[in-house]
Amino acid sequence: MTRLIDVSNLTLQFDTDEGRITAVDDVSFTLEAGEVMGLVGESGSGKSVTAKALMKLNASNAHYGPDTKITLHLESGPVDIMSLKTSKDLQVVRGGAISMIFQEPMASFAPAITIGDQMVEQLLIHTDMNAKRAREVSIEMLDRVGISDAATRFRQYAFELSGGMRQRAMIAMALSTSPKLLIADEPTTALDVTIQAQVIDLMKDLVSDFGMGIIFITHDLGVIAQTADKVAVMYLGRLVEQGQVRDVIRNPGHPYTKGLIDALPQLDDLDQPLTPIPGDIPSPLERPPGCVFNTRCSANLGAICSSEIPVFHPVSDGHQVACHLYREGNAK
Amino acid sequence: MSEDILIAARDLSVHYPLSKKSLFGPRQVVKACEGVNLDIAKGSFWGLVGESGSGKTTLGRACLKAAPITRGSVKYSDEDVSFDLTLIDKDDLKEYRKRSQLIFQDPYAALSPRMTVRDIIAEPLEVMGMTKTREETDERVREIAAKCRLNLEHLRRFPHAFSGGQRQRISIARALVSRPHFVVADESVAALDVSIQADVLNLLKDIQKEMGLTFLFISHDLSVVAHVCDHVAVMYLGRLVESAPTRELFAAPRHPYTKALLSAIPSLDPDDSGKAQKLEGEIPSPTNPPPGCKFQTRCPEAVDICRKDEPKLEHSSKGHEVACHRWQELMG
Repeated sequence: MTRLIDVSNLTLQFDTDEGRITAVDDVSFTLEAGEVMGLVGESGSGKSVTAKALMKLNASNAHYGPDTKITLHLESGPVDIMSLKTSKDLQVVRGGAISMIFQEPMASFAPAITIGDQMVEQLLIHTDMNAKRAREVSIEMLDRVGISDAATRFRQYAFELSGGMRQRAMIAMALSTSPKLLIADEPTTALDVTIQAQVIDLMKDLVSDFGMGIIFITHDLGVIAQTADKVAVMYLGRLVEQGQVRDVIRNPGHPYTKGLIDALPQLDDLDQPLTPIPGDIPSPLERPPGCVFNTRCSANLGAICSSEIPVFHPVSDGHQVACHLYREGNAK
Repeated sequence: MSEDILIAARDLSVHYPLSKKSLFGPRQVVKACEGVNLDIAKGSFWGLVGESGSGKTTLGRACLKAAPITRGSVKYSDEDVSFDLTLIDKDDLKEYRKRSQLIFQDPYAALSPRMTVRDIIAEPLEVMGMTKTREETDERVREIAAKCRLNLEHLRRFPHAFSGGQRQRISIARALVSRPHFVVADESVAALDVSIQADVLNLLKDIQKEMGLTFLFISHDLSVVAHVCDHVAVMYLGRLVESAPTRELFAAPRHPYTKALLSAIPSLDPDDSGKAQKLEGEIPSPTNPPPGCKFQTRCPEAVDICRKDEPKLEHSSKGHEVACHRWQELMG
């Protein structure tokens, strides 16, 4: 496998009317080509902001930390994303090497431009295809994602397509520039389960056909279990656990990950009561000191959790947990 | 009709006319809900599931007399009164409004940002003239707020100061302050994170037991319904296709649509992906439903009769009803 992207010490703050808030705090991860990484967490945990940072797609009030380093490895050599300043420089990654699928497909298409024109437009910007070739490629892609009668759909507007169809068109559009990295931000959340199952299947097929890396953002651990190779769990801007999907889901190490899994209603055991994680996610303006999860944690060790930020401790090969429970001398 | 049925619908249909395409053309009609029979027992937690566009919200609203009933009847009967919602007069409707309530999906949109939490919860009492003095109102508000785990200090604040889970608890308090007998909860946890969702579900369940309420719980999420409901009905394109006690439905689903819905839920086990029976296509448009069984266009088991005759709900075992021509055959 070849390394696709290195993210180290990503810190991101936003200036707001109420002061500067930290949305992402010291996040590091890597992704190989052909690998699917799930990024899980509640709303407000910083998943989307992290993903957008890979293309510097955050609003102008965003401040990246001085140690932030994001390196994208392309065939032409490594690209240091933090050093790209103008939107012209960033065009190489935005929609080119990195594509993104958004949660709400209706809001992501321009309503007054046909699906086809939008697909062709980005191909003309990012590739050296001519208009005729771009049209052929677009129709091919629509067909590839399972849209029947692709040539007709090519001429239609977003409102003429159903929800599942729109999400497929979105995927076709994102893939037509052959990106190296695909960021899928809650791509199935707005869809019904039966359609979600179709879209998950489609995405799995596409990974094996195109061999790109995918960062799959979702709050649904079931979707992660079915699609991802590895998973990173985020809470209030920090990564709290990461590892292979089997390790994390079968042997969750962090109390937050355990809490997320226990809160999920399971069909195979209806007698098991639902266990919520107590309390609410704190506002980013009031980030707790020490471990960010200490205010809701059931395994709180006391002073250390509210004063010292836990570092990652390995629990098995490639599986690491940022929790004081795993410090040396604290046998689990 | 037996004593312990709170809501009984017979041949209930709700049709919405569409605007005419041309002056002399036929008027198209959306049959959002067609020929539904249901009996909701007193004190039960009755679940209604289906994909978007299946008519579950319309059915819920028809039971509250908040949707126009085109044909059929809905009868409400508790210990003191009974109403026929198709013939109800203005005064009785006022009385029915006190006895029935709705909890909305989106806790961000459902609460007025300009009212304090106390005023939001008190409003139904004041509008319906259920309390005489301000002291009485305040007492009722405090009582229900405590039940919904809101503290007194919360009552003075405005909704923007609350998280999604807390807002949903405020919505629940407002719905229950008039001491209704029948509550329709329409996708009441769909907008919440899993960790909070479990908390709100437990709260609804506790309150239902404590106050002896009858719930119609509408959701697209089968695993949520499985955990809280006593009885589940499955809807597809305006028809009930299956209805059974929860355990029975999940242990022995009879309708191919119910089976497909169950298998489309992504499993938490990463190695368990093969069993899923994938549905092709999407739910047809309700303006132009297919002939015969409404599910035949997507049904893996459809045969000739399914394309001609519409199946009726029939008993497969006690309390378990299914509308499929082939359920007996498919059992073997």
